[in-house]
Amino acid sequence: MAVTAIRVHGADNVAVVAADVQPGDVVRLDDGRQLRAVDVIPRGSKVALDPIAGGQPVVRYGERIGEATKDIAAGEYVHSHNLA
Amino acid sequence: MSGEFVFQGWQRPDGRMGIRNHCLVLATVACAAGVVREVQRRLPEVVAVEHAHGCGRSGPDLGVQIKTLAGLVQNPNVGAVVLVGLGCEVVSAALLRSTLASSGKPVETVVIQEVGGSRKAADRVEALARRLLDELGGQPRRKGMAADLMVGLECGGSDTFSGLTANPAVGKAVDRLVEMGGTAILAETTEMIGALGPLLKLAKTEEVAAKLKAKVGRQEARAREILGPLAHAVLAPGNVESGLTTIAEKSLGCVTKGGSSPIREVIDYGDRPAKKGLVVMDTPGYDVESLAGMAAAGAQAILFTTGRGTPVGFPAVPVIKISSNSELFEAMPDDIDLDAGTILAGKSIDEVGEQILGLLLEVACGQKTKAEINGQAVFAIAQEGPAF
Repeated sequence: MAVTAIRVHGADNVAVVAADVQPGDVVRLDDGRQLRAVDVIPRGSKVALDPIAGGQPVVRYGERIGEATKDIAAGEYVHSHNLA
Repeated sequence: MSGEFVFQGWQRPDGRMGIRNHCLVLATVACAAGVVREVQRRLPEVVAVEHAHGCGRSGPDLGVQIKTLAGLVQNPNVGAVVLVGLGCEVVSAALLRSTLASSGKPVETVVIQEVGGSRKAADRVEALARRLLDELGGQPRRKGMAADLMVGLECGGSDTFSGLTANPAVGKAVDRLVEMGGTAILAETTEMIGALGPLLKLAKTEEVAAKLKAKVGRQEARAREILGPLAHAVLAPGNVESGLTTIAEKSLGCVTKGGSSPIREVIDYGDRPAKKGLVVMDTPGYDVESLAGMAAAGAQAILFTTGRGTPVGFPAVPVIKISSNSELFEAMPDDIDLDAGTILAGKSIDEVGEQILGLLLEVACGQKTKAEINGQAVFAIAQEGPAF
């Protein structure tokens, strides 16, 4: 299945999924880029677009919203378990 | 919205325009609540306001109470008022009345201990309110324009879509209102923590930038001092459930409500802006207290976005609810006025911004909001110190 994810700013390394995502689903951005989801990601939650090393900033709206508390792979679910 | 932004309102003696012509029955202290409630039962057409304030505080909180209650009376949507006091309280009817002399509005007072108790006070208030309602009914309307409007901006029960749909769409509506000479208040300092970057880019002057830094810095320091490592808990559980992780993430979505106009001024809670255009008010993120500050400043309407869904309204000031997702719009149809979730299905943010502006005009022309229809009118003032 393919699910749309919404990225607001070109510098963002996460995007918000518009529907529930299962592992293996294709996540599609509006610029045509696609990636494969690694985790279950509930609708409205964030998916990592690029690998984010632990301690590195997580960026949404082109601004830092926090930092990764562990290494995050592209396609992973991003929420309280790996972002603070 | 198409065509001119023109409505028929009521011009107050101080020159401001109301989009409603309410008779307010206001308790000056919590102890008068029973009388005010009884009058509301007898006369559903008055706006009766009771609250937990008016006594038992000192220092700055007391000043804020007086300023906010006086500001509510002076709100342009209020045509006349009956103040209901107890008689031994700090914020007495006489004290509040003395701050209202310049408003030029009819102000009546009833003091429960002076007129012989609750029932007699309710009878007296009812008689006065009936007379005032008659007088208000005969007042002529005048033409009002966008430049006469001040809207308060609020979000409550945010989700991750709020910052993608409803808030930026409200921002577009605000941009258009400001272009036409109107005023908008961006509030909720708690929800500016982590979002100073985009706000400072909008600051019109160095002074505005310095004040923004000071206000947001103070709120952030307070959150850390009181909540410690739990500072992230200024997010409500529902925010986190919906996928929002950090306060900065919530804030960055939140401030898009202000749009892209320059921030002309930063004002304290409940103060009246001296400038038109986009202004920032220092308020808590807690909706009901934030609304009171903006109403006291003179906002005639509130644009209120929500992702989780909230029925909250405000006395005398129409609150327009905008949902960030269509599921909410379908799930709580009696509480939400407009669905910005259509942006997720392909509508543009500009298009929905125009829809919001159009709805604001309809409400200014008298159309009731869902919160008005539901009689949702809660009132609370932001307080910092302990009660005595």
